[in-house]
Amino acid sequence: MKHANLTGGLPKPNAGVWKEAVKDCLPITTGIIPFGLTCGIMGRTAGFSIFEITFMSMTVFAGASQFIAIAMIGSGITGWWTVVFTTFMVNLRHLLMGASLSPYLLKLSKPLQYLLAFGIVDESYALTMDRIERKGYDPNYQLGISALIYIVWNISTCLGAYFYNVIPNPLEWGIDFALPATFLVLLIPRLADRTSITIFLVSALSAVLGALYLPGKWYIILAATTAAIVGGFMEGGSKDES
Amino acid sequence: MNLKLVSIVLGMAAATYITRIGSQVLFASTGMPAWMERWLKHVPTAFLTALIVPSLLMPEGHLDISLGNNYLLAGAVAAFTAYRTRNVLITILIGMTVIIILNRFMPF
Repeated sequence: MKHANLTGGLPKPNAGVWKEAVKDCLPITTGIIPFGLTCGIMGRTAGFSIFEITFMSMTVFAGASQFIAIAMIGSGITGWWTVVFTTFMVNLRHLLMGASLSPYLLKLSKPLQYLLAFGIVDESYALTMDRIERKGYDPNYQLGISALIYIVWNISTCLGAYFYNVIPNPLEWGIDFALPATFLVLLIPRLADRTSITIFLVSALSAVLGALYLPGKWYIILAATTAAIVGGFMEGGSKDES
Repeated sequence: MNLKLVSIVLGMAAATYITRIGSQVLFASTGMPAWMERWLKHVPTAFLTALIVPSLLMPEGHLDISLGNNYLLAGAVAAFTAYRTRNVLITILIGMTVIIILNRFMPF
């Protein structure tokens, strides 16, 4: 009965949703693979073994914070609290994503919530929110894309670590452009009314200022919070917009 | 196997998981307050913008609004493609082609 308990609250998986998840995920994986490879390469360069760096990808599963931790460890900063606390700060933006998914997640069973929470990354969050906008929330969809991204992230980390002295740094090619390009397709249909365009402008400005003057990934938290508050006030002001 | 590294990795994993489950734990018993839900509705738009704009305007870490910024040029092409096609694959293909050509063949 352990199995039944684990999937409690998960609607019967239907092939359509899984196909949809794979279809939506494929383009985004072109953006994840070069980062995974780079993570493996950087990890080996900083002194991790293939197992250790893959283990990091499997348990932490948060690209940006892994890069920062690897760079710290590579340059000799190996204090447990220093690295762990930095990781925590870099990943604080997940709180915001988790909160924004909460209205949907809180309706699910606890084990399922805890499982889906583990899969929250920038890419899975963006795809899940986009799916909600178009067709509504489906936990199978979120589970599907999270699982795919997780698998691709770990395999590419492992490959990068294995072939680290053979492959040239994939990020130098400009392959990292695949992620912003994917996010553009998710963003542009959202900019359909005045509130959204204002949110875009406020977020763009605070993100650039934050990226210039704040450490780590704080600019994302700053931009998302400021812009969301502005949006909330704009909607409070005009009641006809829903 | 380096135990010190593994213990750091486990600490990182725990810290990261706390950031992911935190909101569910906080709101598990009370539910999400209505005002917060109204604000959070705009998080996706703000969040996507915050991911995209700095990566295009400051690919090297400093603000670069010039024709020498390949990411900005490719970003403009990709934004236009995204607007016209609403298709991820086409946008990535065109955007990547532009950036690889610019990176490889432009001398500046």
